[in-house]
Amino acid sequence: MEQLNAWFTELLSGNAIFTANTLGYYLDGLGSTVRLVFLSLIIGLVLAVPLAIARGSRRKWIKWPVFLYTYVFRGTPLLIQLYLIYYGVVFIEGIQDTFLWAILKDAFYPALIAFTLNTAAYTTEIFHGAIKATPRGEIEAARAYGMSRALMMRRIIMPSAFRRALPAYGNEVIFMLHASAIASVVTIMDLTGAARFVYARFYAPFDAFLFVAAIYLCLTFAILYLFRYLEKKLLAHLKPING
Amino acid sequence: MIDLQGYGPRLLEGALVTLEVAVLSLLLALILGLLTASAKLSRHWLFHRIATLYTTLIRGVPDLVLMMLLFFGGQIGVNMITDWLYYEFDVDIFININEFIAGVVTIGFIFGAYMGETFRGAFLAVDSGQLEAGRAYGMSNRLIFRRIQFPQMMRHALPGLGNNWMVLLKTTALVSVIGLSDMVRIAAEATKATHEPFLFMIPVAVVYLLIASVSEWIVARLQKHYNVGFGEADEWNN
Repeated sequence: MEQLNAWFTELLSGNAIFTANTLGYYLDGLGSTVRLVFLSLIIGLVLAVPLAIARGSRRKWIKWPVFLYTYVFRGTPLLIQLYLIYYGVVFIEGIQDTFLWAILKDAFYPALIAFTLNTAAYTTEIFHGAIKATPRGEIEAARAYGMSRALMMRRIIMPSAFRRALPAYGNEVIFMLHASAIASVVTIMDLTGAARFVYARFYAPFDAFLFVAAIYLCLTFAILYLFRYLEKKLLAHLKPING
Repeated sequence: MIDLQGYGPRLLEGALVTLEVAVLSLLLALILGLLTASAKLSRHWLFHRIATLYTTLIRGVPDLVLMMLLFFGGQIGVNMITDWLYYEFDVDIFININEFIAGVVTIGFIFGAYMGETFRGAFLAVDSGQLEAGRAYGMSNRLIFRRIQFPQMMRHALPGLGNNWMVLLKTTALVSVIGLSDMVRIAAEATKATHEPFLFMIPVAVVYLLIASVSEWIVARLQKHYNVGFGEADEWNN
C-alpha cells in the first residue's frame, strides 16, 4: 500500500494539473454522475413496467396518454426537458419562500426528475416492444392452463419480455450515462462539470476533457460487459445448441 | 407571426441554425459512415483497426464531452498545426474554430460512427450473387457500386439511417451549450430574461417534434422508392 502510495505521489509530482485537489473534483463528479444515472435508471425502470403494460392496453383512454407521453419525451431533446423542469421549478412564483426550496434549490432534483421521465419514456417503448414480441404459443399455453390475465402477465409474459428487452435496455443505460453529461449545464458538478471546472482553472482543454473522456469510456465498458454477462446468463436457453 | 414577447423572429432564426447544423452534420456523418463501412469491410487489417478504434472510442464518450474537447481544444490544436506550417514551410493560414464548425464537426464525427455500423450491416445484406452478376457483365467496380450495390444497400440501411437522423436532430440541441445561437440557446436566454420557461421551451419542443414528423414522412417516401420490386412480396408475406 505504501509502495503504491509512493508510486502515486511520484506519478503526480511535476504535474501542475492533476493534483490531489483536482482529482478530488473528478472523484466528486464521478459520485454525482453515478448517483444521478443510477437513481434515474432505477426509478425510470419502476415507472416503465406499468406504463409499458398500459401502452399495450386495448382501451384507447389508457393507451393514448402513454403513447403521447413517450412520443413527446422521445421526440424532443433531453436538454429542453431539463430546462423546462429546472426553470419551471425555479421560476414558480413564491417557491423560494416555501419549505420545498431547501430541496429544490439544488439542481440535482430537477435534473433527476428530467432524467427519470426521459429514461422512463424510452424504457416504456423498449418493454412495450418486448411484450408485443411474446410468442403466441406461450400465451396460448398460459390460457390453456386457465391462468388469469394478471397471473399470465406475472409468470409468463413479463419474465420472458425482460429477457428479450435486455440488449436494448443495456443500450439505454449507456445512453443515459452519456446523456447525463448535460447535467453540468444546470450547475451540477458531475464528471463533465468537474472537467469544465478544471479546464476553466488551468486553461488546459486536452488534459481536462481527455481525462474525463477516459473515465466515461471505462464506465461505458463496465456497463457493456455487465450486460453481456447478464445476457449470457439469462439468455442461455435461446442460444443455438452448437453455437 | 407569433410574437412571443418579441423573441418570435429570433427563435425562428434559431430554428434555421438548428436545421443548418443538423443537415450539414448529417452530410458529414453520411460520408464518414460510408468510409467507415468500407474500411470495416476491407481486407486490409490497418483500415479495419482504425475504423474499429474510431467507432469504439466515439460510442464510449458522451457527445457533450467530445464537443467541448473540440471546441475548447480544437483552436489550440489547429493553431499548433498552422504555427508549424508557418515555421517549416512559410505557409500563413488561419483557421478559426467557431462554435458552428465545432458543433457540425463533432456531431458529424459522432454520427459517422453510428452510420458506419448501419451501412456495414446493409452492405453485408446485399446478395453477393448480385455483385458477381455485375462483374460478369463486365461492369467496373464503380459502376457496380453505383448501379447495383448502393441502391440495394439503401433498402436495408434506410430504417437505421432514419433512426440515426432522429437522434442526431436531438443532439443538435447541445450546440447551445458551447454558445451557438440555435433555438435552444435563444429559448434559454429568453427564459432567463422573462422567467417564463413554458412560453419559450414548449414552442421549441414543438418545432423539434414537427421536424421529426416531417422527416418520418420523407423517410417513408424514400423507403417506398428503394423498396421498388420488393413491395408486393412483403405484402404477400403479411
